Parts: sequence; C-alpha cells; structure tokens
Amino acid sequence: MPKFYSGAEIVFKCLEDQNVSHIFGYPGGAVLPIYDELKNFNSIKHILVRHEQGAGHAAEGYARSTGKPGVLLVTSGPGATNAVTALTDAYMDSVPLVCITGQVPTHLIGTDAFQECDTTGITRPCTKHNWLVKDINDLAEVMHKAFEVATTGRPGPVLVDIPKDIQFQKSKYKNYKKNKKLNGKSHDNYSQKNIDELINLISKAKKPIFYTGGGVINSGTKASELLRELVYATGFPITSTLQGLGCFPADDNQFLGMLGMHGTYEANNAMYSCDLMINVGARFDDRITGKIDEFSPKSKKVHIDIDPSSINKNVKVDLAIVGDIKSVLTSTLKTFKKSKNNFTKSNKHQISNWWEQIQKWRSKRSLDYIGSEETIKPQYAIERLYELTKDKDTYITTEVGQHQMWAAQHYKFNKPNRWMTSGGLGTMGYGLPAAVGVQIAHPKKLVIDIAGEASVLMTMQEMSTAVQYNLPIKIFILNNEYMGMVRQWQELLHDKNYSESYTAALPDFVKMAEAYGCVGIRAKTPEELDDKIIEMLNTDRPVIFDCLVDKQENCFPMIPSGKPHNQMLLGPKDQKEKKITGKGRTLV
Amino acid sequence: MANSKSAYSFAGKKQKSDTHIIVVWVDNEAGVLARVVGLFSGRGYNIESLAVAEVDQKQNISRITIVTTGTPQVVDQIKLQLKKLVPVHKVADFKREDKNVIFKEMALFKFVANNGKLNKAFEACKNFNPVILDQTNKSNVIQITALRREIDTMSKNLKKFGLVSVSRTGAVAMTRGSEIFK
Repeated sequence: MPKFYSGAEIVFKCLEDQNVSHIFGYPGGAVLPIYDELKNFNSIKHILVRHEQGAGHAAEGYARSTGKPGVLLVTSGPGATNAVTALTDAYMDSVPLVCITGQVPTHLIGTDAFQECDTTGITRPCTKHNWLVKDINDLAEVMHKAFEVATTGRPGPVLVDIPKDIQFQKSKYKNYKKNKKLNGKSHDNYSQKNIDELINLISKAKKPIFYTGGGVINSGTKASELLRELVYATGFPITSTLQGLGCFPADDNQFLGMLGMHGTYEANNAMYSCDLMINVGARFDDRITGKIDEFSPKSKKVHIDIDPSSINKNVKVDLAIVGDIKSVLTSTLKTFKKSKNNFTKSNKHQISNWWEQIQKWRSKRSLDYIGSEETIKPQYAIERLYELTKDKDTYITTEVGQHQMWAAQHYKFNKPNRWMTSGGLGTMGYGLPAAVGVQIAHPKKLVIDIAGEASVLMTMQEMSTAVQYNLPIKIFILNNEYMGMVRQWQELLHDKNYSESYTAALPDFVKMAEAYGCVGIRAKTPEELDDKIIEMLNTDRPVIFDCLVDKQENCFPMIPSGKPHNQMLLGPKDQKEKKITGKGRTLV
Repeated sequence: MANSKSAYSFAGKKQKSDTHIIVVWVDNEAGVLARVVGLFSGRGYNIESLAVAEVDQKQNISRITIVTTGTPQVVDQIKLQLKKLVPVHKVADFKREDKNVIFKEMALFKFVANNGKLNKAFEACKNFNPVILDQTNKSNVIQITALRREIDTMSKNLKKFGLVSVSRTGAVAMTRGSEIFK
C-alpha cells in the first residue's frame, strides 16, 4: 500500500530530497499547514526573519556564499508582495532562489479573499518561472522542477504558489527523478571550432584583456581555479565586474581592479584600448560599458556566457561561446596546453608594450584619496577593516551606495563566494539580511556587512533575527548622515542642490544596538579606529559599528555618465578640469 | 538638441526595422500566453497582431503567431528571450517578404445595404476567397482570407457598399512545400 502524504508533508519531503538544510520564512494564514509540519522534519531548520524581504535577501546571501539554492517560505498576499524586491534582486544578479508562497484556497482564488493577491501574475516578470499548484498530484513534480529551473543554466529565482486546501489534501509522493532536459533548454552549445578560434585570437593579440563577471562565480569554485590557470598561462591582464570580484586574487599583479563607472583608471583605459577582449561570464551592463557607441572601439570581442540571450544584447561580439564557464574553460585550457605549450615565454614580448602602457595608467593611482588626521575617511576605514581582517576567511556583504563602491575598490577579495552585493537591482537594505543568510551558512566564519546609515535602516529589523539565532554578524556602518551617492550626483550634476538626501533625526546606532540586545561600538577619529575594529572583531555577538566618516567625501574615480571609458574623472585634484555636461545627467 | 537627449538614447545608432512573423510552440498551460505577451511588453517589443490556439490536443501544444517589428538585434533578442521561457518548445522566425512562407489573416465583414450594393460588395471580395456566412434581404456577413494590408485596404474601400462591422484575426503562417520547421 503506497503511503499518502499531505501537501504540506510533500513540500518538506521535496526539500529533504533536495538536501535543503535551512529555510528563511515568516508564517501567516495561508501557510500555516506547512508551518505545522515543520516539527516533523528535523533536518530542515527554519530561520524566522522579521520581514519577508529580509527572508529573500537572507536566502540570497546563503545562496551566493554556498553555491546552493536559497529557500524562502512566506504567506499569501503581503507575504508574497514583500518578497518581490528580493526576487527581482535575485533575478538581476542570477541568484538561485526557491520561493514557496501560500495562497488562499483554490475555491476562493479570484474573489478578492483576505490576503489574496495574484502572486504568479505579480512575480512572472521577476522569476525564471513560477507555478500555481492547483492539483495535489502535481505538487511533488512542480517542487522538484522548481529546484531544477532555479539551479540550471543561468541561475535565478523561481516561485511555487500553493493554495491552502492543496496543503491539506493527500497524495502519493513521487520519488525524485532527474529530468533529462528542460524542454530542450540545454546549456553547453559550443564546438571545438569555437575554442580553436578563441585560441587563435589569444595567440595573435597584442593588447588583450580578460573581462570577468559573476558568471564565473555562479559556475562554481572550480571555474575560478580554471580562470586563474588560464590567466596565468596567458600572462594577460584581467579586470572584473562588481559581481565577479573574488574569482581572481585582487592582490595579484595581473589584476587591474574593478572596471566600470567606479572602476580603476587602468582597468577602464585597458578596456578602451585593447585589441582583444575576452568576456567571461559578464553581461556588458550599462554601468560597465559607459557610452555604448564608443565602447572599446578597436577590439575583437569574445563573449563566453551560459545565457544565449546575453550575447549581442548590448554589445555586438565577434565570437560567442555559449556554455557553462567551467566547461568552456576546461576545453580552452586543454586545447591551449596542447597547442601552445610555451606560450607565456614566446608571448611575453608580444604583449610587453601593452603591460608598459598599463603600468603608466597604474601610476596614476586612481584609488588614492586625501587622508586626514581629524576625520575618518571612508576609504581609510575600509582599508583598515581589510588589513585587520585579511588573515581571516572573511565574508563581506554590502548595502548600496558610496560605501558599496568603496568596499569594492579597497577591500581585496582573493576567493570566490566571499562577496555578496546587490549589483543589478541596486537594492538598499540588501546587506544586513544577506549577512544573516551568510552567517547561517558559515556559522564559524567572520561575516561583515559594510553598510551606509541610510541603506541599513531599510532592513534594520533583521538585527532581531541575528540576535535570536546568535549570529555574530558585524554591521560596519560608514555613517556620513547623507545618502552619499545621491548627494554625490547632486553635487556633480544638480548644482549642489541636496534635495532630500540628508537624513535628519538618525537614530543613535549604539543605543539601537543595545535595544536589540547586541553590541554597539562607535569610532569617531582615525586614531581610535583600529582599536575599535579590533574590539568589534573580538566580540562574539552581533555588533553594530557606527563609524563616523567624512560627510563630504565623494567616490572616485568615476566615468561620468554618457562618457566612454577613456574619459574618467579622477579624484579631487583632477576634478576641476572636467565638468559633467548636460547629456550625462540622466544616467543616474 | 544634444543636450535634451538622455545618455541612454544616445547609445544605439538607429537600425532599420523589419516586420517579422514569430511562431512559438508552447505547452498549453495556464498563464503561458501572459508569459509570452508579458515578455514583449516588459522589454518594449511591438506586437502588431497575435493569433493563438491549441494545435495538438494530445501533447497539449499551442501555436502562437506574433507579427512584430524590430531591428535585427531586437528580433534576435525576442527569439532568444522566448526560447528561455520554460513552457516554450521552439521558436520560428520569418520575414514578411519571405516567399517560402504563407501568411494569412481572416476577416468577417458585415454589410447592411440594398441588394445591389450587397452584390457589389461580394463582387469586390472576389479575389479573397469570399464565403457568405449569413444573409438576409438587407444584410450579409462575408468571410475573406487575405494578407493584412489587403484587408486594411478592403475595409476602407468597402465602406461605400454598406460595411458596418469588421472582425479580424491575427496572421497565421505556414511554410510552403513539404518542409516543416523543427
């Protein structure tokens, strides 16, 4: 006799079979049967957040730092709509999430019932796929397919909407069988000919550059290893997008730093002047390319990506290789070793002029800033944080704004999956809940959210989650009392009309920390900064660190919008000479 | 002029737009049309006409025919984005000028007029396989099948014969010869 299980039980049986160990969620009327079942499944731990957006970002942090899908469980109506920001964020940054939502009973769907909303309709444009399960016999299959869609190809969020009556109904549990192919959506679609062509371009290049992105991280740690191997074997310079930081060691001489709007002078100029650009898992985002018409005008462009729709979307490329980075790099290295065994030696001469040129750009030292004895410069704060934590295996999350860019510029990442930030959607309030998710996945590791005081207030309630589960996350706030990035654009483009970008009546973050039951630390001067950071690191509890920084500091270098890569704005000294004109104004 | 433009619109050099007929084979399940249409509206693509119906009851496959205009780059994106949708099986794309493909739309015309005009109306439809579906002594309903532009012209020209109502489908398409699209 086959055993019959309730819908709620089937949900957990699927999670068990998918090796899910943690789910982030918040109960409510339409998911109560599922919550009732939680007690019977010991291998799955539920983390109670304080807001459904927090559940989403925590699941994102969990997913990005482990490579496994993040799972969240929320109720119908407001539970689902609150999760939408996190789902959109995950969609933009290709993070695998499985969101399970409760729904009103099937007979009430469409009647504007209490806490009813068209969840699948609302989330259709911000998920890879979603399902409304109207038949209990479909539930197991849908759940397993949801995990498959979320984690295969270009990863992303999916949503399963389960009406309350389905959660009660009973059905047999079908065992999980790995599907052959998802409706023909296979992923490796390249040939040896493509690889040979790539090798040929590599061997002819005089001014090459690797431009790498989040796709390398998503392809797994092995992909990062292979990338390093290829970059060392070729001797080419490499730059990375915001999402790709960590897949190549930042302190290596071949690494030019991040590129794009707030990237380094050498990275952006190299992108502009190169003759061969090898894009590995990046997507020619508008923050990267600047003015499209003048983007790297003289280069042959190669694009390696798992998502065929990323190819030629923004920038036309000369050679497209559609496939998983790990597999493409494996084939490339194999062919490369066979045909070009002594490449580095023979090629050194060919690209030596290029390296000389890059050194010239480097000597501009575009990340430099004017130090101060009285006030803490935000860049200095990040530098000190890096110096004092670099020997630990540290995980960094961020909010969105100036602090995020400074963190990307001044914190040096040497391993993949250590850097969690909201790049595509730019969600303020991402970092704190993401840190919660990261710490859940890595209980013994040091997890720091580099935050701005404006962003962190958007999801501050999750401190309560951190305290409940004894998660010793460190919230490192660069407090300048402004929405810094907004203020910076207003200064540069709107004649210093600081419209609504100053936050009056900020809370006292130290007292706030105490109110939440964690530890508050404040640093006011550069002199005391190191001691305070060490105090923070020695505290085995959640900490809110209120770092009072220079209120006027701007984030440089930058490409003014509407400008190509070779027209960067450098720090304060360079600024007076180049003013942003009208047409750059609207890109913010 | 340059100042009034945003940096976003500066980006693309304007390419020529073409009319394409996109045919999509999808699982016939709840919400699938919304997914396809939502992709078009969400990414700012055009839909000139749309025809959809189930074509394989056994396998639950529907065939969606969409007429759209776009630059080569946009049409490419449309195809690639459609292929990413989970319920989509395959996507075909034909240029309107393609001689190897048949495009047809169907229209229903209702005329209210005297017998003389009704006869003239039928006469005028002669080239487009007219079928009289309903007839009274002062009205009739004529079905024609033709190209989009032909129906446009017809519905303009037939006004004088008492055309009072037009109902038309979107275009459907099929390749000529024994070939089928895989």
